[in-house]
Amino acid sequence: MEQIRNEMKMEFLALSSNEGFARVTVGAFVAELNPTVDELADIKTAVSEAVTNCIIHGYEQKGGSIWIQCSIEGQQVEISVVDTGKGIRDVEQAREPLFTTKPELERSGMGFAFMEAFMDEVEVVSELGKGTCVTMRKIIGKG
Amino acid sequence: MEHRFEREYGCLIVKMPKELDHHQAEVLKEEADSLILKYPVRSLVFDFSDTCFMDSSGIGVVIGRCKNVRFSGGYVKAVHLNQQIRRIFRLSGLQKIMEVEQEAE
Ligand SMILES: Nc1ncnc2c1ncn2[C@@H]1O[C@H](COP(=O)(O)OP(=O)(O)O)[C@@H](O)[C@H]1O
Ligand SMILES: [Mg+2]
Repeated sequence: MEQIRNEMKMEFLALSSNEGFARVTVGAFVAELNPTVDELADIKTAVSEAVTNCIIHGYEQKGGSIWIQCSIEGQQVEISVVDTGKGIRDVEQAREPLFTTKPELERSGMGFAFMEAFMDEVEVVSELGKGTCVTMRKIIGKG
Repeated sequence: MEHRFEREYGCLIVKMPKELDHHQAEVLKEEADSLILKYPVRSLVFDFSDTCFMDSSGIGVVIGRCKNVRFSGGYVKAVHLNQQIRRIFRLSGLQKIMEVEQEAE
């Protein structure tokens, strides 16, 4: 069987109305791997978490641009979600379940925990004042 | 599809939206809180019948409304969760802090 190789990039404004658009688009892109209903839900939830974080934390709801790069190699999907917002001071702390810097917005602090639970790998690269890049990988069809 | 509210005596039923993300959560929160303030709510029911997507923004919405209703002695439960929503409830621990009526498999 031939290996699938595919790639796409998208850029959109950091508006909450684009959260649904972003996860549905990535979901449609990975459809060629025939993910199960659960695998598709995993990917959509992880993308939704990363994009929401750019909007709420990266740009603090003041707007900006968000980039998503998504590639498929064989059965692996790799998704990077990038903002050029405020960045994360302490990535390790940010990734702890229940940690949030915006409790006043009723954030649950479970975003990174969900990304980790639903994807195989999550990498976070961030620099204060420069922005954040979250890269997530998942093998589809592990059963 | 957006959320809707149904009121019956002291019971407030929140029909949750099709996709409960941060975008939908913001409006829902505001409207639910103004109803909770205006009318005495003895029991609050989150009805997930129409909901097929929920991320961590939904957790904040549910916990926040629980606090507001319980503050005045009210009771909270969630009904009609599909498999994806159940998973979110389990992972986040929401399941442990409120009654969840399981959907027949
Ligand atoms: N793109 C981002 N830019 C800046 N800070 C971020 C970003 N993503 C996450 N963070 C930080 O990491 C914390 C934890 O994120 P998360 O687990 O998604 O929880 P929540 O969004 O509920 O706060 C956030 O409160 C925020 O301080
Ligand atoms: Mg988050």
